[in-house]
Amino acid sequence: MNRIKNLIITLAAVLVGGLAAGAQAAGGVTVPMDVFPAARTKDLAALQNGARIFANHCLNCHSATLMRWNRLQDIGLDERQIRDFLIFDPNRKVGETMQISMKSSDAKSWFGKVPPDLSVIVRARTTFDYRGTDYLFTLLRGYYRDADSATGWNNVVYPNIAMPHVLWYQHGPREATITRVVHGDKGSERVVSVYDVDGKVTVTRTPLPGHPPESIEARFKPVDAEQARRFDEDMADLVAYLAFMTDPSAVDRKRIGVWVLVFLLLFTGAAWWLNRTFWRDIK
Amino acid sequence: MALHETEYKGLLGWVDQRMPTLMSEYKKHLSEYYAPKNFNVWYIFGGLAITVLAIQIVTGIFLTMHYKPDARYAFESVEYIMREVPGGWFIRYMHSTGASFFFIVVYLHMFRALMYGSYRKPRELIWIFGCLIFLCLMAEAFMGYLLPWGQMSYWGAQVIVNLFAAIPRIGPDLAVFIRGDYVVSDATLNRFFALHVIAIPLVLIGLVVAHILALHDVGSNNPDGIEIKDKKDEKGRPLDGIPFHPYYTVHDIFWLGLFLIAFFSVVFFLPEAGGYFLEWTNFNPANPLSTPAHIAPVWYFTPYYSVLRAVTTPFMWALGLGVIGYGILLYFTFRGTLRFVSLGAALVLAVFMLPLSPLALDPKFWGVVAMGAAVMIFFGLPWLDHSPVRSMRYRPQWHFGLLMAFVLVFLVLGYFGLQPPSAANEIIAPVGTLLYFAFFLLMPWWSRMGEFKTPPDRVTFHPH
Repeated sequence: MNRIKNLIITLAAVLVGGLAAGAQAAGGVTVPMDVFPAARTKDLAALQNGARIFANHCLNCHSATLMRWNRLQDIGLDERQIRDFLIFDPNRKVGETMQISMKSSDAKSWFGKVPPDLSVIVRARTTFDYRGTDYLFTLLRGYYRDADSATGWNNVVYPNIAMPHVLWYQHGPREATITRVVHGDKGSERVVSVYDVDGKVTVTRTPLPGHPPESIEARFKPVDAEQARRFDEDMADLVAYLAFMTDPSAVDRKRIGVWVLVFLLLFTGAAWWLNRTFWRDIK
Repeated sequence: MALHETEYKGLLGWVDQRMPTLMSEYKKHLSEYYAPKNFNVWYIFGGLAITVLAIQIVTGIFLTMHYKPDARYAFESVEYIMREVPGGWFIRYMHSTGASFFFIVVYLHMFRALMYGSYRKPRELIWIFGCLIFLCLMAEAFMGYLLPWGQMSYWGAQVIVNLFAAIPRIGPDLAVFIRGDYVVSDATLNRFFALHVIAIPLVLIGLVVAHILALHDVGSNNPDGIEIKDKKDEKGRPLDGIPFHPYYTVHDIFWLGLFLIAFFSVVFFLPEAGGYFLEWTNFNPANPLSTPAHIAPVWYFTPYYSVLRAVTTPFMWALGLGVIGYGILLYFTFRGTLRFVSLGAALVLAVFMLPLSPLALDPKFWGVVAMGAAVMIFFGLPWLDHSPVRSMRYRPQWHFGLLMAFVLVFLVLGYFGLQPPSAANEIIAPVGTLLYFAFFLLMPWWSRMGEFKTPPDRVTFHPH
């Protein structure tokens, strides 16, 4: 018994030591991700609103070629609703997947790259440091006007992003203050860039003593706070939809899983009793 | 020709008259296979490994019905299985979870062998078959991992196949031969598919049969590390043996239940296991033009990946001098010509290792050799271990301490193998690698040192 105890203690020590070391090793400076309100993935109204935003604003630059239209029945829409309100191309059928008409060669010349397919984007953008939902929730709300960029927009999560701020008119104008701690040739400094609502930047640099870790933080001041709040709500719904689309079987999976575990617990209980009964013979 | 004399009635008797093998094998391997009665929980993992093998084969057959081994469709077809094929997600998640659980179970199975000396005479062949199974499992996992054709599939295969290019002279051509192309491509995907679904599984099943037959010929070891066949009753049955069926079948079924609870908890509630069983990067389709920022193998390969990454030019000094030191140690251990042969071999090896030597080979090559050696060294255990008793129960406490230190090194190497290169890892990986090899290579000396207890005549058993 003592050996097993030692084993567990050793394993725990490795785990704790490893995790601490890992936290230090994680490199690459990114803004801290906002937390996506995960409860929304269970809210049908939110998922439907997300699907509406997705079909209206994301699809046709982005595709979702692995997602069948009538799979949206899983979030409470019927085929007529999907056909009438979400599929804009009369030649497409509800049994097809979310293909788009834009040619990738056109996309390349317009945006410089092909917009990624969004079918599994939530999983594809997840890392050991943050969830894909948190990343997308922060990204979609991380746009600010930048007069120097090609599209007139920039993003704190994904600097020089090729995608312009498609939903800018819903988001409303905002002033952005981006604070970076950087290691330059002359030591560390704090760089504060303030972008006004027209994207004109004012930069102030302050040298920092010592060697603080590099970091980046962003604060936004919307002109209309209520509008920005409504936008945040919509983006949460959109990300909830993307999370649904990344693994549509998740709801079924968890529902069935509970019954499988209930069965296995009963099975194991019976096996335990059987085992005990047989082993009574062994002296 | 007269029919075989049978003791059975009815259908079984009819079959037995015509195929006596059926019942004689049933007796030999189940109802009259006498296993020691003192097995503890460490003895469940062999049976569990067979269960996982069965899960992998059955789910694999169903996956093959829908999967398309074609670089254009492979990624989509896996998602098609998860979205469009009824129950497809269940089959696929069982298969992906099964891969990781296979390694968990096999690593614990091997740890048990190290703890109780199960590889010692007369069980060397069982151990060798087991090591071959482990090698097959690694090949199977590596090739299977390419099939979803995600970014990590693609770049992982690219990195590993490129390792073969480090072999002097034949390396680059060998790498092209393995890939069937100059980069990982559709040709690679097709051959890995063929190897994954039929070639390696055939060998694997053959080896599992050999592993079990060899085990049933000599009989199982046990936590006390003593031979139950030394003490038999008048009918020739071991006094401390009990029939495998029904006693260990019911015992294993109970533990199988607990195992399946853990297994299906992952399948149903946590199929990605936080990015450890299904890596997040692999949800991006393979793109030969864009290398991911950080390429790491799946967790079960990372200890060996760490060994590979540990071998850099400065480390070659440690490796070269270590080999010379080991040669000197062998020189003073052996008698006769063997002492000169071993010292000479060590010096020749060192000439190809030490960085200032004109014959020094690329550290990348030695990294590949070290990684291979880290796996292959397990084969040598029956001859490296010179302890007078098998089980850690009767060996000095510090022997068990060394074994646990080895496990710790294995886990630390595994953890850092998952991480991007870092300053800490530049020290930890080489030190870990040296400790890893020292555990095995110094075993002939340390395993006979210290105070040993006398194992009991009969097994230690407390009735339930």
